Amino acid sequence: MTRWDWDYAWEITPGLIQGMLTTILATLLGITVAVILGLFLAIGRRSDRKWISYPLAWIIEFIRSTPLLIQLFFLFYALPLITFIPEPIRFLSPLTALVVGLGVHYACYCSEAYRAGINSVDKGQWEASTSLNLKMTTTWRSVILPQAIPRALPPLGNYFVGMFKDAPQGSAITVAGVLFVARALQSADFRTVEPYTIAGILFLIVSIPAAIFVRSLERRTFYET
Amino acid sequence: MKPDNKRTGASVAMRQVVKAFGENVVLNKLDLDVDPGEVVVIIGPSGSGKTTILRVIMTLERIDEGTIEIDGRHLYHEQKNGVLTPASEKHIRSVRSDISMVFQHFNLFPHMSARENVMLAPMKVKGMTEDEADVQAQELLNKVGLGDKLDHRPSELSGGQKQRVAIARSLAMEPKVMLFDEVTSALDPELVGEVLTVLRELAASGEMTMMMVTHEMGFASEMADRVLMFDRGQILEQGPPDKLFKDPDHERTKTFLRAVLSH
Ligand SMILES: Nc1ncnc2c1ncn2[C@@H]1O[C@H](COP(=O)(O)OP(=O)(O)OP(=O)(O)O)[C@@H](O)[C@H]1O
Ligand SMILES: [Mg+2]
Repeated sequence: MTRWDWDYAWEITPGLIQGMLTTILATLLGITVAVILGLFLAIGRRSDRKWISYPLAWIIEFIRSTPLLIQLFFLFYALPLITFIPEPIRFLSPLTALVVGLGVHYACYCSEAYRAGINSVDKGQWEASTSLNLKMTTTWRSVILPQAIPRALPPLGNYFVGMFKDAPQGSAITVAGVLFVARALQSADFRTVEPYTIAGILFLIVSIPAAIFVRSLERRTFYET
Repeated sequence: MKPDNKRTGASVAMRQVVKAFGENVVLNKLDLDVDPGEVVVIIGPSGSGKTTILRVIMTLERIDEGTIEIDGRHLYHEQKNGVLTPASEKHIRSVRSDISMVFQHFNLFPHMSARENVMLAPMKVKGMTEDEADVQAQELLNKVGLGDKLDHRPSELSGGQKQRVAIARSLAMEPKVMLFDEVTSALDPELVGEVLTVLRELAASGEMTMMMVTHEMGFASEMADRVLMFDRGQILEQGPPDKLFKDPDHERTKTFLRAVLSH
């Protein structure tokens, strides 16, 4: 049995922290894409125009029922083979592919969270908006979303933590995140315990505060009608 | 408001209006004319279609057949080359600016203060500045007796206060036609009076056409120019409150009035 080697552990920590920063960056960018795109998906799904709402419902269902890993492989390995797609979109850098993959995948989940929040807004709010002759965009921006988004925050917070745990899957498409670094150390130095233990500790250091933050979102009070 | 430019409300003309929910024909070729500034009270048994009349005028439900004109302008139709065609959303919005509705359950915006509830539409729809809208909101909330509740959220107000904010919110859009659907029915009995006081003032001002569904017969006989007895999607009979309440022509009206007044 190999023993824990402190010197080795200290030596590899900076590299693992570097990897963790990449993972955090991918998560922050990914969740930004997800919460914005998810909102538009949720609004689009409620459109009266069936040529908007039907395809969106179908796409969301499709993406939600395929594994993230396959979507990442598609973005990074298959997309470049599709020759009619313009170059800058075809050849994504590993990090870009990961951010797009995480963002789109989680946008579909976020859109469901928004949808539940939007549906929970009383029908009378729409009717009052019509009775004041508000435009549709004003109704969404000033009346519906300010009530729907607070109700969607707890699930969105959970997706944020979920995405952070999924982000290391980027190592499959060569994103040098924390897991990628740990795996590289393992194959270079034939040591397993130190890289993975430190990687695990780094995850805890980030995800515990994140989880506390999410719990605090859940305790938010709701508006009473 | 300039005194020389006194508002008198708009006329409402419904012609052969049909509204059905599936098999259930709720408005059955309804004809109804309301004069500018007239106060019309609609009574009738539950499910007879009273709410539906107001909702089709507010465009909360679309009609299946017939026409509705507000001040001579078609609500659901546009003249194109002399032909009446279904109106665009833009046209509907433009005619709808003359109409506003107050609801049984207030439907205030819960995330906004009373003042903000009243300010929103004038700013977003009429392009008022925040200062103008604020001044107007304070005036209107004063008028309904809520000058001291400007910054209260709906959750901090009683039912009667909420309903008065809702009325002020509608008034802020200076509608020519106001629709009231049982606006006192959800209130505790001791709070009904304060809302009726506001409605009485509005009705007396003659500044707008008012159509109200209510079970407040005392209020109706005092303020209404005309009472409509509605039954099964049609007007069974109508007339001044004195006539309709004291000497109705139809047996069904008598039965209905007896039932309402006995409770
Ligand atoms: N959105 C809807 N979908 C289906 N049916 C409806 C809808 N709205 C109303 N109805 C039906 O239309 C009929 C008339 O309803 P309406 O609400 O206009 O009656 P009302 O005279 O206002 O009754 P009440 O005194 O109980 O308020 C009822 O049979 C009701 O079930
Ligand atoms: Mg009703």
